Amino acid sequence: MAGTPTPPFLAPIEELRRQLQAAEERPDSASRAQAARLRRELERELRAVMSNLTPWQQCQLARHPERPYALDFIKGLFTDWVELHGDRGFGDDPAMVAGLARFDGEPVAVIGHQKGRDTRDRLYRNFGQPRPEGYRKALRILQLAEKFGRPVVSFVDTPGAFPGIDAEERGQAEAIAHNLRVMAALEVPIVVVVTGEGGSGGALGIGVGDRVLMMQHATYSVISPEGCAAILWKDQTQVPRAAEALRLTANHLKALGVADEIVPEPPGGAHLDPAQAIRSVGVVLRKALGELRKVRRDELPRRRQAKLRALGKYSER
Amino acid sequence: MWFWRSDRSHESRIPEGLWVKCAGCKETLYHKELEHHLHVCPRCGFHHRIAARTRLGQLFDGGSYKELFSKIFSTDPLEFVDNKPYADRLQGLFERGLRDDAVVVALGRIGGVKAIVGAMEYGFMGGSMGSAVGEKLTRAIERSVKLRLPLVIVSCSGGARMQEGVLSLMQMAKISAALARLHKARLPYISVLTDPTTGGVTASYSMLGDINIGEPGALIGFAGPRVIEQTIRQKLPEGFQRSEFLLEHGLLDLVVPRRELKDTLARCLGLLL
Ligand SMILES: [Zn+2]
Repeated sequence: MAGTPTPPFLAPIEELRRQLQAAEERPDSASRAQAARLRRELERELRAVMSNLTPWQQCQLARHPERPYALDFIKGLFTDWVELHGDRGFGDDPAMVAGLARFDGEPVAVIGHQKGRDTRDRLYRNFGQPRPEGYRKALRILQLAEKFGRPVVSFVDTPGAFPGIDAEERGQAEAIAHNLRVMAALEVPIVVVVTGEGGSGGALGIGVGDRVLMMQHATYSVISPEGCAAILWKDQTQVPRAAEALRLTANHLKALGVADEIVPEPPGGAHLDPAQAIRSVGVVLRKALGELRKVRRDELPRRRQAKLRALGKYSER
Repeated sequence: MWFWRSDRSHESRIPEGLWVKCAGCKETLYHKELEHHLHVCPRCGFHHRIAARTRLGQLFDGGSYKELFSKIFSTDPLEFVDNKPYADRLQGLFERGLRDDAVVVALGRIGGVKAIVGAMEYGFMGGSMGSAVGEKLTRAIERSVKLRLPLVIVSCSGGARMQEGVLSLMQMAKISAALARLHKARLPYISVLTDPTTGGVTASYSMLGDINIGEPGALIGFAGPRVIEQTIRQKLPEGFQRSEFLLEHGLLDLVVPRRELKDTLARCLGLLL
């Protein structure tokens, strides 16, 4: 669940950063020397930790509470943002944001999961777990984008669609399913950026696109490692093993043909330098949108569907 | 999140013996009698889970049909190991003669109407959807488009198959994309949801029928009841996520008893074609 404190494996890095920041704030020459030493030490530590990340540690990075979220990417990369609300049938879901904006001056539509920053905000955003009205709001904006020929950018970061009584009553499954079919056939470019947790059907519900970009420390999985461990081993100490077995890191997803491109993150992860992380996403997004703008309108769904058609591995005996 | 439970995957297969205990009313029933009633309890109306071929036999005229895409089988792309390697599990099922993965696709006539039907097999790893199910159903849909035939999918599944990880998840998108082509071709698709239909199967093709039909009492939902209970920390109301509940909430067109299913399908297809 989002909102967990700093994971233990990142604690030494956090501590060095604190010491470094303190040293940098003192003006004397001894402190300057100390800061230089701490900077080298931090670099060493970052390299040591980041070069040996386990899949479970990747999951914890993907869930880091200081990672940039959809609204941060929108603020950093887009202008003229107008957030639009509501599914026109039941309500507005704060776990999903949607609206219109400009990217490099060109009008686009944006949808994305949204997590909260502090406790109150996290509750308000339901920890980034949408209800059906969230998916239906996204659907409305997708269709609006198609009507006006606007490319769509979708930011994916959710533990999953909300598993609750009300969500089931209002057709969580139908809401996601409908989006899958519509996104597969949409006649405008769709670029999906998995920025954090790609939590199963809840992620895929806004995750069908012409390009699927994954941030370096993002994950994408059919089930959470916790859920997987509970089912297979009935034992939460097996969570790291489940994370390993599920092949859910960006590298795995690229190898499996699900992700097209991995967006590099600042050393130590996006939470250490969100501005840089946002810029890196912008660079890859610009390239993807530039390429897709050249594709004919009716050609887009054909190519997108051909890509989806090729997903999966089976044998024919 | 959704899952299948290996310990339950075979519980509803009809025992070889003469007598069967009804899971609905706990009465002991003569197997032949149950079979005669399409595996619906004549005492209490409980709809027992049935194998894919039993379903196909019930739906197609004269019980005759031609199977399609029967050579497709799962592989182990993630080299997934839980209590035993997934590859061994698959091999074991294959050797036991379970060679259809979790869906059987067939062509035949329903009340005279030529149609393609995919029936899911709960006995194969809880009817879970991996790449083989994804490929077989995608081909079934594509064949429908090519031959301009209506499509029926009878779901019975715990959702995406965990052992194939994100590739199982992607089958949701792959099948839904194929359904987009069927949709564009203006061909009828009727989805029949049976006990259970949950997770990624519900959240893709099962809910995308032009007409969605539930079997009485079937568990149908996105999240499994246990996951929901754990999340909200309260007991779920009686009848929650059952067909009748979904009908009441506007998520199904019809709840149809098994003995009327074939006629209902034929009538609906006739009205749409
Ligand atoms: Zn009974």
